Amino acid sequence: MNSSRIVFCHCTYAQVVPAEVKEGVLRQLCQSGVAFDAVADLCELSARRDQMLKDIANGGPVRIAACFPRAIKWLFASAGATLPLDTTEVLNMRVQSIDEVTGGLSRDTLQPNLPAGKVTATDHPVSLPTDTSP
Amino acid sequence: MNLTNETAVRVVFYEGADSHPSPPSDVFLAMQSLLTRGFGVTRVTGLGVPPVTTDSRHLVMGRFGDTLPAHAQDTTGCPLRFQEVSGLDANQVVAVAEAFRDEGGPRPAAVWKPWFPVIDYDRCTNCMQCLSFCLFGVYGVDGEKRIEVQNQDNCKTNCPACSRVCPEAAIMFPKYKAGPINGDVVSDSDLNREKMKIDISALLGGDVYSLLRTRSERAKSRFSKERDSDKALLERQKCLTKLAALAGDIPPEVLMSLPSPEEIARRAEQASAKAQAALAGQPT
Repeated sequence: MNSSRIVFCHCTYAQVVPAEVKEGVLRQLCQSGVAFDAVADLCELSARRDQMLKDIANGGPVRIAACFPRAIKWLFASAGATLPLDTTEVLNMRVQSIDEVTGGLSRDTLQPNLPAGKVTATDHPVSLPTDTSP
Repeated sequence: MNLTNETAVRVVFYEGADSHPSPPSDVFLAMQSLLTRGFGVTRVTGLGVPPVTTDSRHLVMGRFGDTLPAHAQDTTGCPLRFQEVSGLDANQVVAVAEAFRDEGGPRPAAVWKPWFPVIDYDRCTNCMQCLSFCLFGVYGVDGEKRIEVQNQDNCKTNCPACSRVCPEAAIMFPKYKAGPINGDVVSDSDLNREKMKIDISALLGGDVYSLLRTRSERAKSRFSKERDSDKALLERQKCLTKLAALAGDIPPEVLMSLPSPEEIARRAEQASAKAQAALAGQPT
């Protein structure tokens, strides 16, 4: 069992995350019996500068199932919450499969993947989970 | 829509000590229904790291049996309401949650799609092009003369136009359909791609703002009495059609809500002056 919090974004107010992926990830989270936070929409929380974003950012290692890491990093930042680069992993439900996302959420070791600095495609770290051991 | 003053409500599915676990399928259906209606939901179990504590109003749902406490406070002093969920289906769970939320006061009727620019400060060079470009006053500068999103409510839903004038692809709209505007990694080709940038100056064959000013002055000095509003409207629509054809993804309603050429020129001058002042204040 890993020692990081889990945050799931339902991206309720847009259809940019494939419905089957977010439904599948949520279903598997519920079946796993693990504790987690689910938010209706991280963009909305950012817009309202919700205190929860600061609580997440300051709450220790975290894995966030949402969208692109670059977007998540700056959505939090625009709400005054700075996600730690070394203890935050973002699973991208826009491009990753259900198994990839849930594998990343349950993996023993956290693989931080927020962009640090002005990265481009050529130097961007590979963010797909490679170790899916329970 | 101003969201910052709303009282947040959080639903907690409690499956820890002094409660009986719910079937995962029931939890899933209830959580999905609650999330769809805009609720934040926390699941508390004996497994994993406990979720974060927030200063929201909490509705704690679970199968408590005879141990159900009526009210309590969490460690931050926020009130907790307990709700037995045995026998409730997902719709009934949502109804209970909505009733609890309504106790905090009326909510805005319309559901706002959270659409606003998010600046990647790793990429932003503070060139102020976005501030100069946006006619709706979304951008401003902070106390350190740094560009920032100040009036996100002014942003036009589904319009990514400002991100296309950013030379560094530093402006994201996370709910946009494609990268790098949606937050995907920026490639070198993105920065060079022609469609990334709307050369608004070229739309009317040169500097759009000076051209608009020239036209306005010419019209005034010439035959102000002959100014034909229909003709002006036609001209404006022609320009907007060009812009829509070039950009491809700017909603028609956004284009049609643009102000008159004179107002565009006035706002552009204002924004330009603001940007120049901010740039002049930057350390060299």
